[in-house]
Amino acid sequence: MVQQLGYLKETPSQTAGPYVHIGCTPNFCEITGVYENDLGISMVNDKTLGERITLRGRVFDGTGTPLRDALLEIWQADSKGLYNSPSELRGTADPNFTGWGRCPTDMETAEYRFETVKPGQVPFKDGRLMAPHVTVWIVARGINIGLQTRIYFDDEKEANDKDPILQRIEHRNRVPTLIAKRDGSSYVFDIYLQGDKETIFFDV
Amino acid sequence: MSNRKPETGAFFQRDRQWHPPAYTPEYKTSVVRSPQRALISFDNTLSEITGPVFGHAMLGELDADLIYNYAKPGESAIGQRIIVHGRVVDERGKGVAGALLEFWQANAGGRYRHKREGYLAALDPNFGGCGRTITDEDGYYRFRTVKPGAYPWPNGVNDWRPAHIHFSVFGHGFAQRLITQMYFEGDPMIWNCPIVKSIPDKAAIEQLIAALDMNNTIPMDARAYKFDIVLRGRRSTLFENRMEGN
Ligand SMILES: [Fe+3]
Repeated sequence: MVQQLGYLKETPSQTAGPYVHIGCTPNFCEITGVYENDLGISMVNDKTLGERITLRGRVFDGTGTPLRDALLEIWQADSKGLYNSPSELRGTADPNFTGWGRCPTDMETAEYRFETVKPGQVPFKDGRLMAPHVTVWIVARGINIGLQTRIYFDDEKEANDKDPILQRIEHRNRVPTLIAKRDGSSYVFDIYLQGDKETIFFDV
Repeated sequence: MSNRKPETGAFFQRDRQWHPPAYTPEYKTSVVRSPQRALISFDNTLSEITGPVFGHAMLGELDADLIYNYAKPGESAIGQRIIVHGRVVDERGKGVAGALLEFWQANAGGRYRHKREGYLAALDPNFGGCGRTITDEDGYYRFRTVKPGAYPWPNGVNDWRPAHIHFSVFGHGFAQRLITQMYFEGDPMIWNCPIVKSIPDKAAIEQLIAALDMNNTIPMDARAYKFDIVLRGRRSTLFENRMEGN
């Protein structure tokens, strides 16, 4: 026998189910008067620094049907590339930017929508800069463990070409699944859970 | 929030054998919602190591009391009154201070307050079904609610969910983000449920079953169930080589 390492096992995930709104966005599903506002519905205010953008899109299942019961969360750096988090030791992020947003897909149109700012660049472990990106976490009925992906931007080609995460993707024809397309002041990022266009999901 | 120095290490690799796989055909909705290609793995970057913080100031007085937070003045939700309490720790056993927990559940009859809910059990006019709290300095939390009922759901012709409470958990890094469900000790329905059985390992399922805790009941008021939650642990950064600019 050797000494025991004594590590615990992570609590296993279970699906968020069809009623995730009740817990995470109760006002959205008409449970009012408990919380003043749903958490994460607003990431910016009128003092937030940086370029305002809208991120929007839909999440499609393997039959091509958009999910009307999914919940998305995003986490991103501010316009200067700093995270609004105690684990951010490189400086102080914009106090008028939360960096975190939460949005259920619309019960009719199936669209999600975040009003945010274009993130700055954040260094990879070796000091190289990652291209501007937004981390996305998706839960829904039928998804047993939250899916994580990243949104990059199609007008950041030079930075994208040098991005250490994008560079290591073996199947180059899948890289475009991580890149949002500019459409006016918004970027459109559709997510495909399955099929030829299946979005790259990460195990991080 | 804690005054402890924030940690900046990457999180332990997730044990994907312990979690349910994406594709679990007995849980039918997973069939068209499960990615089929391999996940692409990389060690955490700052984007995963960091995460949002939620302060105790955002909490309302009744946020952690589902018996009263939706009830009319002087009334309360119907059902067996229970306290759910426990500790949020990481895989190293360290308490996670300042973790935001959000929970939601059906009422005592097994009915959710949601427009997509079709079960014929009655709504309780005094029960909304949502609550939240933030762990203390040592990772402890507690809330009060009524024990949820089991309910049928469209999967097999006769599938029922065991009584359960859904939990959403934020630790300190976005890579720790977790949604799970808590079940109740002694419920025979647990072992028949296709969603429970999406978890391959029996010991992992048992990690989701809260124990009846008679030492923490409130006499003549509420029984208690203890439910501890484990989030991913962090690697130490003490001797990590770091390049300039990081
Ligand atoms: Fe449920």
